[in-house]
Amino acid sequence: MSRSSSRSPLVPLAVIALVAGGSAAAFAYTAGWLSPERLTPARLVAALAPPGGPALGHRRNHAKGICFTGEFQSNGNGVALSKAKVFTAGAWPVLGRFNLATPNPNAADATVRVRGMGLQITTPDGDVWRSAMIDAPVFAVSTPQAFYDLLESAPKGPEAMKAFIGRHPEFMAFAGWAGSAPWTSSYAEDPFNSLNSFLFTDAAGTTRAVRWSLRPAATPVPITPEELTKKGPNYLEQEIAQRVAGAPQRWTMTVTVAEPGDNTADPTKAWPQGRRTIEVGTLVVNKVIAEPDGPCRDINFDPTILPRGVSVSDDPFPAARSSAYARSYDLRTSEAKDYPRTSAARSAKP
Amino acid sequence: MSRAMFHARFSGAQRLLHWTMAAGIVAMLFIGVAMLSTVAPAYVPLVATHKTLGVALFALVLVRLILRLTLGAPPLPADLPPLMRLGAVLSHWALYGLMIVMPLLGWAMLSAAAYPVVLFGNVRLPPILPQSDSLHTLLWAAHRWLAFAFFALILLHVAAALFHALVRRDGVFEAMSPLPAKPTAER
Repeated sequence: MSRSSSRSPLVPLAVIALVAGGSAAAFAYTAGWLSPERLTPARLVAALAPPGGPALGHRRNHAKGICFTGEFQSNGNGVALSKAKVFTAGAWPVLGRFNLATPNPNAADATVRVRGMGLQITTPDGDVWRSAMIDAPVFAVSTPQAFYDLLESAPKGPEAMKAFIGRHPEFMAFAGWAGSAPWTSSYAEDPFNSLNSFLFTDAAGTTRAVRWSLRPAATPVPITPEELTKKGPNYLEQEIAQRVAGAPQRWTMTVTVAEPGDNTADPTKAWPQGRRTIEVGTLVVNKVIAEPDGPCRDINFDPTILPRGVSVSDDPFPAARSSAYARSYDLRTSEAKDYPRTSAARSAKP
Repeated sequence: MSRAMFHARFSGAQRLLHWTMAAGIVAMLFIGVAMLSTVAPAYVPLVATHKTLGVALFALVLVRLILRLTLGAPPLPADLPPLMRLGAVLSHWALYGLMIVMPLLGWAMLSAAAYPVVLFGNVRLPPILPQSDSLHTLLWAAHRWLAFAFFALILLHVAAALFHALVRRDGVFEAMSPLPAKPTAER
């Protein structure tokens, strides 16, 4: 009985090489190493960087911002739509961030058209709800691939943008808002919209597609970008800090329910007026804290971090944002030394 | 003399755990690199699966470690060259180490980034570390590079298993084979 002399070991060795090599190739393919054209979070985030490179240690987009804390005062009406604890009547702690949609943390306020709010609401059942909203009523593009196309086209000048709009005519709804909507001189006067649709599931198990908005209690006072420029490059942060120090600022959270046929997968498409809209509570901002040592700095406002009773819909953006935000977080935390905290004694905070 | 010396094969429970975990670990590695290279809607369920499967594999490896320490392993063939014997012993403990460490690194890494750790079925795990930029960076890099090392080690493990099965035909593969023992393979 000879186990090796009966046949050549070449065939089995070839089998072994084939299995190992094939597995390695499948792994490389899955990782995207063989498909340089794949839209990866790394490519998407790299495309956000300004010509001089990203601001190290900062978020790769919405880089300029200021932290706040407060509470969400739920009125209980949202229970009709979602079983999430956050919609039962009560007050739940909030942590958030006012921000400008720019990769430059030092951008002058009047140079940034889109403003945003990152929000985290936690409830005693351990659920965490994070969202990142903007003041525009619709998003600029329908798909993450189109967003990448926009990032690639915008720096190339008007001809490239004309070509981009030819490929993505849905951009005009956003462009119309950007060109005509009045500016304000306060975050407290701005609305913030989820734009993306999500699914709310109630206690009976009924699921509905919704979008939500925060509508400011403060009356918007229109201002031109020129007038805002004169107020100084960082007026918005100074103003909101002073304003909140004087009195808490409020937004009403409304949830709008889609009807059958409404486009839930495309955030450039506003739903028709008159959709069922429920006021579910009030966001109260009662403290503003500078970002370097603020509590929002450590938070990735990933819109897929959702409480029980809320989930992602067929809108492709929350997944793409989650993937890209994670990349941004991994990068900026590894560069923390480039964005020093101003007080070393973080643990000394009460 | 340990009880293991009386077994030509691993116990049925050990073989079942081995092959279940093998499928799970290979899935974890592929899901890991897939989710980090996509912005598609699949990203969300891939991440949820990665976390859930990671926790399940951590529970399984603890059971497996107990079985390994109590039931032991069949002896390696007496004629195995010393270098291959050393490689077999070292790679197996490295595999056990990675199976234990990888889920803990993942959990710690998410904790250090202040992410809630949510599994399928809305199971929520508590954080095991406070938020920390430096720890997150360290843990993330360790999780990533050890994953590549894990995959390389698995390729080596598969190649060695096939070498035992197809070239040496020395019963080492049969000791962990998922198939029922051939009548002659038992002592």
